[in-house]
Amino acid sequence: MTQTPSTEAVAITTEPDIVHVRQIARQAAIKAGFSLVQQTKLVTAASELARNTLVYGGGGQAEITLELTASTGTVHLTFTDGGPGIPDIEVAMTDGYSTGSGLGLGLGGARRLADRFEIESAPGKGTTIRMSISARRSA
Amino acid sequence: MVQVPIINIHGVLLISIQDELLDDSISELQQHISEQVIEQQARGVLIDISVLDVVDSFLARTLHDIAATTSLLAAQTVVVGMRPAVAITLVELGLILPGLRTALSVEDGLALLGRGNGTVRTGPR
Repeated sequence: MTQTPSTEAVAITTEPDIVHVRQIARQAAIKAGFSLVQQTKLVTAASELARNTLVYGGGGQAEITLELTASTGTVHLTFTDGGPGIPDIEVAMTDGYSTGSGLGLGLGGARRLADRFEIESAPGKGTTIRMSISARRSA
Repeated sequence: MVQVPIINIHGVLLISIQDELLDDSISELQQHISEQVIEQQARGVLIDISVLDVVDSFLARTLHDIAATTSLLAAQTVVVGMRPAVAITLVELGLILPGLRTALSVEDGLALLGRGNGTVRTGPR
């Protein structure tokens, strides 16, 4: 019953791309059988992370993967940028921490909305953020 | 920018967001609203976000900033029509937006601002 996961990639180089990422994430969430609240959490997290990629990473790419098994639907989001990287990930995840104009809730907030969340980053090496949300599928 | 119409109802500016806005448009809207408050001598601002199925931290912060700005200009801002899933997500995101006044409908928002004939609902409809 497990289908091959399908992935869609979106380049993030301008503000309209953030809206585009939200739309693709929304479609995947619907296909995964998410409740309205789960859809909203996924799309909001996608928006936070896409903006992070654009503003702090200097642009990059999002990959939205839909994975369906007989009993669960999962949407995986991967954001990759070739920006300056994050020197101290724990500090960057702290609420209120921001090097830009934001509230500093982007990373920590997205982590709270996600079921799984990981960051790979080092100074000068860019940043990759992976997160996913899963839902039990009825029928 | 995306034009967001501003309607004046008895001294209250009603801004109905029609579509998802880009970050730049949101920032422009913030400036436009503050200018219109002065130009139209408004005492209140209602921002209807009922069409929005997502409010992320950028938009939430801007709504909060608009409310703080209009407050300095002697006009109260009320955010109207937030969807339940949006509210749940904002709280989880850590954005409780203290001080931001909300109402469920434009009528309730007008009532909250002491305009119009709406009543502030206390129980189910």
